[in-house]
Amino acid sequence: MQLTKEQERMLAGDYGEVVERNFRLLVRLGEIYGADRMIPVGSVQVAGVSYKSIGDPGLEFLEDLAGKGARVKVPTTLNPPGMDLVDWKELGFPEDFAEKQLQIMNAFKRMGIMMTATCTPYLVGNLPSFGEHIAWSESSAVSFANSVIGARTNREGGPSALAAALCGVTPNYGLHLDKNRKPGFLVKVNAKLRSNSDFGALGYHVGKIVKDKVPYFKGVKDADVDQLKALGAAMAASGAVALYHVEGLTPEASMMDTNGLETIEIGEKELREAYGKLNTGKDPDIIILGCPHASLKEIATLAHKLGGKRLRKPLWICTSRVTKEAATRMGFTELIERAGGKVVADTCTVVSPIERMGFKTTGVDSGKAANYLPGFCKQAVVFNNIDELLKKVLA
Amino acid sequence: MRGRMISPGKARGEAIVSKSPIGFYGGIDPKTGVVIEKGHELEGQCVKDKILVFPQGKGSTVGSYVIYGLKKNGMAPAAIVNQETETIVATGVILAGIPCVDGIDIERIKTGNRLVVDADNATVEFK
Repeated sequence: MQLTKEQERMLAGDYGEVVERNFRLLVRLGEIYGADRMIPVGSVQVAGVSYKSIGDPGLEFLEDLAGKGARVKVPTTLNPPGMDLVDWKELGFPEDFAEKQLQIMNAFKRMGIMMTATCTPYLVGNLPSFGEHIAWSESSAVSFANSVIGARTNREGGPSALAAALCGVTPNYGLHLDKNRKPGFLVKVNAKLRSNSDFGALGYHVGKIVKDKVPYFKGVKDADVDQLKALGAAMAASGAVALYHVEGLTPEASMMDTNGLETIEIGEKELREAYGKLNTGKDPDIIILGCPHASLKEIATLAHKLGGKRLRKPLWICTSRVTKEAATRMGFTELIERAGGKVVADTCTVVSPIERMGFKTTGVDSGKAANYLPGFCKQAVVFNNIDELLKKVLA
Repeated sequence: MRGRMISPGKARGEAIVSKSPIGFYGGIDPKTGVVIEKGHELEGQCVKDKILVFPQGKGSTVGSYVIYGLKKNGMAPAAIVNQETETIVATGVILAGIPCVDGIDIERIKTGNRLVVDADNATVEFK
């Protein structure tokens, strides 16, 4: 790999141990994947924030970096931690967990990382432009940035994204190159997609089949940003999809050739099968929405559905602090709370310790959450659209 | 069998083979080394000190930390052999110092086979 004079000095340790160690990881990744050089990145999204996900080894790793004076060189935003950073006590998050989580947040802050605490950085100010090179982790955000925006990032692991932030560059391989952004599968959709959960079920099914390849969707007539967010998140969880194209909807789709691609047909039957696989429970103890983090529009929709009603079971909608602030200003938070629900900021279903909070069955409308909850939160899952979920818990 | 070195080192041990991809985050418990993904073909099995063989990674980008955590907790596999290692797994094994080779025809390996992985020379041999 061709390194600049300055980059050779980074590798030689002229900029200190932190830069040397992190740049070495990037060079190694570049060598493995055949990068010709390093390229500057416009922004970084760092995953691996919840104490539940990274544990004491992760905490020590981050504190060591912060203690040695690590500072990010490009705008860097942060994934959700394992609790609401303001209302954690009231929501019942365990004290011992909170203490460790706050230590992790402090380490990130000392490195100069923006404490956005969301998996939807593109909704709170970290919005790349078409064709911009970035180094993001958080599989759902990677998928959104590549597919819906047309920015360019590989699926970075938490530490490789952090290394890119500390060095300001990433190796030039994979999805940074035109040739790797071409589709590997044609997905023909012959089913009506009505809700976020329909897009989640479709994504779950397709991710399992295409694994890390690029799917090209035909027959998806209409999808709003929230539905594309749901589709990409589910494919990134059940497979390793980092980029997808949708004919007529995503920016690079019209540049792609779909001749001769292996074809997957999706009808109502396949969609129902995906619902069947994701449903492992019957009566939810709690409904958790907002995976990935809810947009203002999604919170507004829920608020209007709950207006004047009463919930028999807890309901959370997870979102970023920034979005919650706007929702509160609009009166949406109050509508949801009056029905007995909560707008939970910062954290999300998947990374919070809900299994320690007395919940055994969770209702979700997210294909990603439905995929992860059984393994990581020991939950039985009820997976359906919001209206069906609400039927189960409204008085 | 010769492949590509992802992370250096040598290890020997018993193979545990998954024909389907592994997502480490939510897939393997970093405290016990046990596969916890519901319905996964290795569900309930422990990867500690084994040669973990699978086609490729999948799922969350937090997987790198889980691999690092497995090592710190003493629950890591002795080595990892893939068909194709993606960035998440590569970052994890490099940080954790777990020998890893990819570009191997994993169809030829069965659970229980004794393997010698020499990542420095990018080879995997039956013993």
